[in-house]
Amino acid sequence: MKFAFTDEQRMLKDTSQSFLAAKSDSMAVRAACRSPQHFDAALWRSVCNDMYWQGVLVPEVHEGLALGWVEMAIIMEAAGERLLTSPLFAVTQSTALLNVCLQSAVRDRCLADIASGHIVSLALTNAVGGWHASGVSVSDLGDGLTLSGEARFVPFGFAASTLLVVAANEDQSTSIWVVQSDAVGVSVKHTPTLDQTRPMSEVRLEAVAVSEAQRLSSDAGPLIEQVVALSRILIVADQVGVAQASLDLSVEYTKERSQFNRSIASFQAIKHKAADMMVKVEAARSLLYFAACIADAWFAQEATDAALQEAAYMASACASDAAFFNAGSGIQMHGGVGITEEYDIQLYFKRARSTESYLGRPPEMREAIACQLLDGGEAWS
Amino acid sequence: MELTFTAADELFRQEIAQWLNENLRDEFAEVRHRGGPGDEHRFVDERKAWERRLAEGRWTCIGWPEAWGGRGASIEQQVIYHEEYARAGGPGRMGHIGDTLTGPTLLAFGSEDQKARYLPDIRSGQAFWSQGYSEPGAGSDLAAIRTRADFDDSSRQWKITGQKVWTSLAHESDFVFVLARVDRDSVGHRGLGFFLVALDQPGVTIRPINQLTGTAEFNEVYFDEAVCAADDIVGAPGDGWKVAMGLLGFERGVSTLGQQMLFQTELDEIIRLAKLNGASRDPEIRQRIAEAHIGLRTMRYNSMRTLSGGEDGSLSREAMIYKLYWSSWHRNLGKLAMDVLGPDAELLEEGPYELTKLQSLFLFTRADTIYGGTNQIQRNLIAERALGMPKEPRGQGK
Repeated sequence: MKFAFTDEQRMLKDTSQSFLAAKSDSMAVRAACRSPQHFDAALWRSVCNDMYWQGVLVPEVHEGLALGWVEMAIIMEAAGERLLTSPLFAVTQSTALLNVCLQSAVRDRCLADIASGHIVSLALTNAVGGWHASGVSVSDLGDGLTLSGEARFVPFGFAASTLLVVAANEDQSTSIWVVQSDAVGVSVKHTPTLDQTRPMSEVRLEAVAVSEAQRLSSDAGPLIEQVVALSRILIVADQVGVAQASLDLSVEYTKERSQFNRSIASFQAIKHKAADMMVKVEAARSLLYFAACIADAWFAQEATDAALQEAAYMASACASDAAFFNAGSGIQMHGGVGITEEYDIQLYFKRARSTESYLGRPPEMREAIACQLLDGGEAWS
Repeated sequence: MELTFTAADELFRQEIAQWLNENLRDEFAEVRHRGGPGDEHRFVDERKAWERRLAEGRWTCIGWPEAWGGRGASIEQQVIYHEEYARAGGPGRMGHIGDTLTGPTLLAFGSEDQKARYLPDIRSGQAFWSQGYSEPGAGSDLAAIRTRADFDDSSRQWKITGQKVWTSLAHESDFVFVLARVDRDSVGHRGLGFFLVALDQPGVTIRPINQLTGTAEFNEVYFDEAVCAADDIVGAPGDGWKVAMGLLGFERGVSTLGQQMLFQTELDEIIRLAKLNGASRDPEIRQRIAEAHIGLRTMRYNSMRTLSGGEDGSLSREAMIYKLYWSSWHRNLGKLAMDVLGPDAELLEEGPYELTKLQSLFLFTRADTIYGGTNQIQRNLIAERALGMPKEPRGQGK
């Protein structure tokens, strides 16, 4: 048993952190949020060319690095720490989906596109009636198949060349389609959001013609469940980064701020709050790396679907709470300047909130656990 | 990063599991699952006999070097030992303090003579130890202890006078290690000595402390010129603090996974009751049960991180949060048990004041966040040691 980073993983953590410290500092994040494109395309090119993070989970045959989920979690954690405003989550989520789909020409093309730096976003849901409920449906009106409907909260959809669209079939089963974002009938609009570091889009499809060759999966219901679990693990990594940075920023501030002739970091009221924040982030980190190990085991067919689900529920409940608690407490520890635009803690607070509700809030995660424990659901193992 | 034990470690697991299965039965059947926190005063003689059975199988002091009768067990093997011991329902260890505190302290700081005099009886389950740190005026501020040790030149003995408190099972123990002041004019960490003192002597008086549970596991121990030999001081006079604190650096939490197994048994019982009485349909209870489940799993992976950490003995961040985390979790579990039971939580097992297991859990877990460093002290330690926040200025005394 060695539940600790390998030397290579430690190195990856260091290089990820130093790359982002240089390229995604406060000014860079703010500039990206303000820009008309909602992100810094040059930074994304640098992420792809210099770090190759878009290819971490892509199989080698498609020019990827074929590393594991622990490595991906390390990178996503560093991204959260620096509020990275880039399509990394979007393409990684899409990669996770593509990796669980059966081999097909269209799937291989998408993976190769991602490895070469194209943005591919998942249009999963309209977020009405749950994160698994698609707002797009497939119709066959005699002259070929079409997709119509709406997807919301599509990460970086406005910058994507390709969309992976989850749609309800006529028999209520679920299918997934590869749609070019410039196809006839597709409109993608940036969604103004409270947290500007994780820009979202709305995707509208009006009788978009699709062929069988664009179909990634025809009965994708169970597969979507697993992709949502894997996506939650990516978000958890981001939240651990947010929780850690909120703690670090706030402790640093309280050490510098002096009142009553002493550093306010010497007051127990402040120290105890900081200690509670550290407990939260370390607890969430323990569950994050557990969940990342389970994701690797799941891909190796050494862990069940239920085990992956449980790991994601637990980690998500814990990390969502940790990120929000730490960022919120961080504002309090900053005192008055905590609510100014100038200090970064507010940006972490907003990212903590947006990630908290994305793919389900903590009470929903806990209820899912409770169902298993109390309602005679099948046992996990 | 991996979560599984090696094949060799799994063989070790089979060995201890099989031994426990073959030995924790017949005359020892009644001590299974007994003697844990809140139940430590029960089955004392039977549990002492069990220590001797363990010793026959070489299952005491497994972390000690083989030269002193241990197995030189690795961290992983010690974890497995504690897990399997808990899984089998092994009783609360009467030899716990000798095995995990006195022994390692002597191995690290003791003289060869001290090791030869004390280690064999600890290992064989013949001598039982208790711990004399806290005093009425020295709780969180342990360095404020006032118990004195004076060297009497005529008798060539140390004479110890003062009072210790919260000494678990002192009335069932043979020895106590005592932190006492060798320099009357000293204050704080300086001028202390670490003494090995026999309890069965005229200068020692032991009084039980009655607890809110109606039971008495802790004691006050009074020393009135109690004696120990000239060479029953560990380290030099003045080194007492270093010796007493030395162990903390080596504490790697090998027993945490075993402790978590006991917690799992408690949580399983609460879940069973919730399903039985319908509390499992209450949305708020459902959230809290899920939260408890998540918290327990968090502890597991947190412990595995700690156990996989560096070999340099330095306390990692995840190790530093552990006491605060488990004690708060366990205290909340006690309240959850009462809330699942609802009105029936009030009903005693029997009069006049015999508690059910869950009532005992509820009341006794209020101690978890106090002993071994209160939650407030834990937060200070985390803030100062892990986060580098400055110490609060010390008071200037009364």
